Amino acid sequence: MNSFPIVRIVSKILIPYILLFGLYVQFHGDFGPGGGFQAGVILASALILYGLVFGIPAAKAVAPPWIVEKFIALGVLVYAGTGVATMLLGGNFLDYDVLEHHFLTEITVGGQTLHMLPSGQHLGIFLVEVGVGITVTAVMLMIFYCFAGRETSSE
Amino acid sequence: MIYIDIIILTLLAVTAVTVARIRDLWAAVMFTGIYSFLGASWMLLLDAPDVAFTEAAVGAGISTVLLLVTLALTSKTEKTSVSVPIVPLLVVIGTGAALIYGTLDMPHFGDPDAPVHTHPNPGFVERSQPDMHGLPNVVTAVLASYRGYDTLGETAVIFTAGIGVLLILRREKTSTEADDSTTEGTS
Repeated sequence: MNSFPIVRIVSKILIPYILLFGLYVQFHGDFGPGGGFQAGVILASALILYGLVFGIPAAKAVAPPWIVEKFIALGVLVYAGTGVATMLLGGNFLDYDVLEHHFLTEITVGGQTLHMLPSGQHLGIFLVEVGVGITVTAVMLMIFYCFAGRETSSE
Repeated sequence: MIYIDIIILTLLAVTAVTVARIRDLWAAVMFTGIYSFLGASWMLLLDAPDVAFTEAAVGAGISTVLLLVTLALTSKTEKTSVSVPIVPLLVVIGTGAALIYGTLDMPHFGDPDAPVHTHPNPGFVERSQPDMHGLPNVVTAVLASYRGYDTLGETAVIFTAGIGVLLILRREKTSTEADDSTTEGTS
């Protein structure tokens, strides 16, 4: 599809914004609609669009399959690791309240209270959503690589 | 407000019938994408933006691409069957009638006394603000914190599905693909 100038140019313009929107959905998911799953799919769709337009080798140069493979497991590890971390800190599995740290949580500047580092619950949700996002992105991308990488029987 | 509901539901039904009847598989895949977008719009009207998000991204985005890639591997037209499918028709009519009969017991749309609004615990909505230190999205709070175990299980399901697809579809020789360059921006 690289030979169609309109598709190529529009994709080039759109892909950065799709990636940016994916990051927004990921990290703003606890304030607005969205979360790790949606963000992962959006991030993966940006990379898949890149692969569709510029060819699978180009996409594999951006996101090499051997790294994407590792990321499938890394996301689950981040999620479960958050649970193990809360256990090591003395709480139950995935009990984010023990992640409360009272370190730069809020500072007062000119009478205004600014929230600097998130509270325990916020930090826990943030971490597990990152885990979900990593796994979903990697799985979607890997499935696309598997399907698109096969030999085509007919055009 | 009711008109947009009727329009979207009518379009959903028309699209579904079109997908079932059309023989050109490429067009059918496009119609499933349209169906997903209409479903996402419908979810948005029901005040479920999180579900609408997922439907638009997964249904209209990823699965359309995967179906298209699959079509590129197989064939673009469906084989026409010569036999008249009587038994499937009866099964579909029976199932549809049972489902419609089942809706008679359901509460009215938006009923505040419906079990879904009273039974689990309305306290989730009331408690989540102080519990979560002011995180406004109750859906995320329930998903990631109150029901953290479930979401961990779902992530494990996605992980398992990905591993399954990898094991079945991946070709053995990946010698030319170990091309080391910049890392991807996933996290």
